Amino acid sequence: MTAASTIRRALLRHPGWVRIGVVVILLCAWELAARFVVDPMFLSPPSRVLASLDRVWGTPGVPAALRVTFFELAVAFAISVAIGLVIGLAVGLQSFARLSVMPIILLLYGMPQITILPLFILFFGIGPASKIAFGVSHGVFPIVLAIVAGVQNIKPILLTSARSMGASRWHILRYVIFPHMIPSFFAGMRLGMTGVLLGVLLAELYVSTAGIGHFTTQFTQNFDPTRLLGLISILAAMAIVLNEIVRRAEIRFGKWHSS
Amino acid sequence: MAGGREQRRKWASRAVQAGFLVVLTLLWYLATTRWGVSSLLLPNPVRVVQQLGDILRSGEFVGDLKITVAELAAAFAVSSTAGVTFGYFLSRSPYLVRVFEPLLAGVYAIPIILFLPLYVLFFGLGPASKIALGATISFFPIVLNTLAGFGNVERTLVVAARSMGASDYHLFRYVLLPAALPVMLTGLRMGFTVALLSIIGSETIASLAGLGHRIVYLAESMEMPRMFAYIAFVVVIAVFLNTVVSTFEGRFRREP
Repeated sequence: MTAASTIRRALLRHPGWVRIGVVVILLCAWELAARFVVDPMFLSPPSRVLASLDRVWGTPGVPAALRVTFFELAVAFAISVAIGLVIGLAVGLQSFARLSVMPIILLLYGMPQITILPLFILFFGIGPASKIAFGVSHGVFPIVLAIVAGVQNIKPILLTSARSMGASRWHILRYVIFPHMIPSFFAGMRLGMTGVLLGVLLAELYVSTAGIGHFTTQFTQNFDPTRLLGLISILAAMAIVLNEIVRRAEIRFGKWHSS
Repeated sequence: MAGGREQRRKWASRAVQAGFLVVLTLLWYLATTRWGVSSLLLPNPVRVVQQLGDILRSGEFVGDLKITVAELAAAFAVSSTAGVTFGYFLSRSPYLVRVFEPLLAGVYAIPIILFLPLYVLFFGLGPASKIALGATISFFPIVLNTLAGFGNVERTLVVAARSMGASDYHLFRYVLLPAALPVMLTGLRMGFTVALLSIIGSETIASLAGLGHRIVYLAESMEMPRMFAYIAFVVVIAVFLNTVVSTFEGRFRREP
């Protein structure tokens, strides 16, 4: 009686344990379903996936493909941030530019870019270039929007007082605008990373010669759920790590003046 | 005076936007006619418009449109029902929220498009894999926003309604629902948009029919003008559907 209530109280105080419990239960359900219910041609139990991760890694070409995908993600993210920063500042700092260009940017952002994926392949080929370009097309807009919003939110009095105290354009940019932009810049980077991941992975899955898309297709066609799940897990882990890096950066740098 | 200046600026910005579109179209036209850009990369805009007219007249698009819309409807029906139900019942217990919310947010951070090959393996190339992917992807914004909407209703309101003798139904209808609706509707709109995108996306990647499939088919058979026309068509459809959903959201938000 008391033991049960102690456990109950401990669980109530630590929802994290229950969370882990939920995950374990889900994994067990998957394990049982895959072992006893579903045809092994379509689903593989998590234990087997885990045990065969090294086999996935050992598939000729997979490590290289993961490197290619990582390279595409990194380059696409870097380009998105650079372009997004330039466009965001150019549009955000000029009120007329904001008024006239922002609707165009919002229009482009609202377009389902996935429809023009075949065009990216035609223009940039089936190599990494098209994946990078498609990733940039997804990643750049959230960054632009976040930077424009960030620049817009700077109190005009700060700009006016800096100017009246004789700050040059560069000084205003360096000491007023940049510091105030940082939180929204990092928020934009996080959204941009989500976009880049989506864009690059979509393009990879669509057509790929050396990247992971090639292997997901191969494993699907060979009815090899074990290796498919293994590869997807590795990619998901990669995505989680990348997302977590920008999220941590946002938390770390994102709120210096919110207090 | 200030009003007049505002007005002028507004017109000037409209002119810039119109000018941008005109220049873009002109550049496109010149690139294909004068500067000899291969028509395999960039077809002549006039021919694209002709093809668009042909597609609309012949009604060829109906079959693909039906499939895509049916997939979207099925996916959104599943994800909105599951997301709202799940989100509501979790939100009734702050403890369950603390258990499940980080879990759901964690999965949401994974690009779920990665599961597409798995779904294709599981459900085949037909509509089922698209519905499954669309439902999975749109489930998360819906459940998270429902959770946030119902979970953040001010306790004072609930306590006050209870102490004045509100029944469960009345509490739900007049306190919880109006308070949660705006956030929930935002989630539903986001869910709808990502469902549409992921369904067109999965049709592009691996499918037998649908609008995304048609675009890829035309790209692979190098029928560029027709493909551009289809892209324009799909963009218009997508923008139209999103506008309809946003309008619904706005209307419900005003009169809960």
